[in-house]
Amino acid sequence: MYIAFMQAFDYVNATTIEQAVAVMYREGDMAKPLAGGTDIIVQLREGRKNAKVVVNVKNIPRLAGLDWAPGGALTIGAATPMHLIYGNAPIAAAFPGLMDAFSLVGGTAIQGRASLGGNLCTASPAGDTIPALIAHNAVCVIAGTSGWREVEVEKFCVSPGRNALQRGELLVEIRIPANATGAQKFGAAYLRFIPRNEMDIAVASAGVSVVLEGGKIVKARVALGAVGPTPIVAIEAEKALIGAAVDDAKAVAAAMAAASTAATPISDMRGTLAQRKHLAGIMTKRALESAISRAN
Amino acid sequence: MKTQVSTTINNEPVEFLCQPNESLLEVLRNTLSLTGAKEGCNNGNCGACSVILNGVLVNSCCVLAVETEGASVTTIEGIAPKSGGLHPIQQAFLENAALQCGICTPGFIMASKALLDKNPHPTEHEVRYWLAGNLCRCTGYDKIVKAVLAVAG
Ligand code: FES
Ligand code: FES
Repeated sequence: MYIAFMQAFDYVNATTIEQAVAVMYREGDMAKPLAGGTDIIVQLREGRKNAKVVVNVKNIPRLAGLDWAPGGALTIGAATPMHLIYGNAPIAAAFPGLMDAFSLVGGTAIQGRASLGGNLCTASPAGDTIPALIAHNAVCVIAGTSGWREVEVEKFCVSPGRNALQRGELLVEIRIPANATGAQKFGAAYLRFIPRNEMDIAVASAGVSVVLEGGKIVKARVALGAVGPTPIVAIEAEKALIGAAVDDAKAVAAAMAAASTAATPISDMRGTLAQRKHLAGIMTKRALESAISRAN
Repeated sequence: MKTQVSTTINNEPVEFLCQPNESLLEVLRNTLSLTGAKEGCNNGNCGACSVILNGVLVNSCCVLAVETEGASVTTIEGIAPKSGGLHPIQQAFLENAALQCGICTPGFIMASKALLDKNPHPTEHEVRYWLAGNLCRCTGYDKIVKAVLAVAG
């Protein structure tokens, strides 16, 4: 006899945003959107989340796919799986700092299903895509019963496992602006520290981007992962870099120190508080070096 | 309420009834008696349940069976030639002694197939990275990697 280990729920295969949003408004927190399922199915099975209805959103055309023209903004449907993003050669070449993160979410079989929107909505403190998206000034496009709104990715995660979506809201797409034009050069990188080579959860990570003009850093973003309840924007580290020459060792040291200060990690089995603060600085420095080299 | 799902499994049309909370792995094993895919962790970590869904390697424990409406699924039972004999990857696993208890083996073979379908001549590094989502507690991985490289030539 078959024994169901997973709690019982209804299933809706949504084909339009309106349909999905209506169900999610009606059921509130007891409706769970399903894209790749690599988090939500496990959470439902293990009783970490509850659902009365699971809404499959990946057959809604706008949630699946990529939209980009060279030099322009990149729009990624929230339900698009990682492998389709980093497997798109022109997009992968244009956004190496995003691919750093997208290509290391889980192993191959996870990447075949796990979606960018799902990684964001799971709002793990260690979610790899999030610091990279923040470094790219990415924006979440959200549909709801009372209209659409946009939330910057850096404001999307509100606490471990909690995101900014309200009742009846659905993350539709993630928009990454072009970030640099004309004489300005943009470069970004994401790096994480893990004790093994692959398939692990970050002990600490950093997504860093720079905009260079005439050998100077004119804009900088520094976002830290796994060192706080949500990804952290290290504003003082960004300030330390803006206006500095690309080879200004003092500015780099100041950014490292500011990143360590901004980190508010806990000690757990993956690493101690002190190690994580230290790593926040190291990851910032190394991601910065990579971002600068990519901007040239 | 049970839902009727029409899908293609190992190139044959298959219809089954399932509850929305049943995983593809559960339906394959318990409803369809395709017990090649194994349940190791049931949470996406071990790869023992690997199958190919619409050409993409997935963990079938992390797929709802209802999602496979209209989809095409390939499991370990479907890769050997109909005319008899083994798939070259299966043969290479035997010849290279790439299994001990065998629990992880169907998953490794499906993952290896997905890799070689996409990239027929991977480097050792590529093989090891691709298979990083498949765990084996017996072999130490080396013989598995050698078997895949033997097929890749
Ligand atoms: S049983 Fe599916 S990944 Fe382990
Ligand atoms: S052969 Fe036993 S787990 Fe791999």
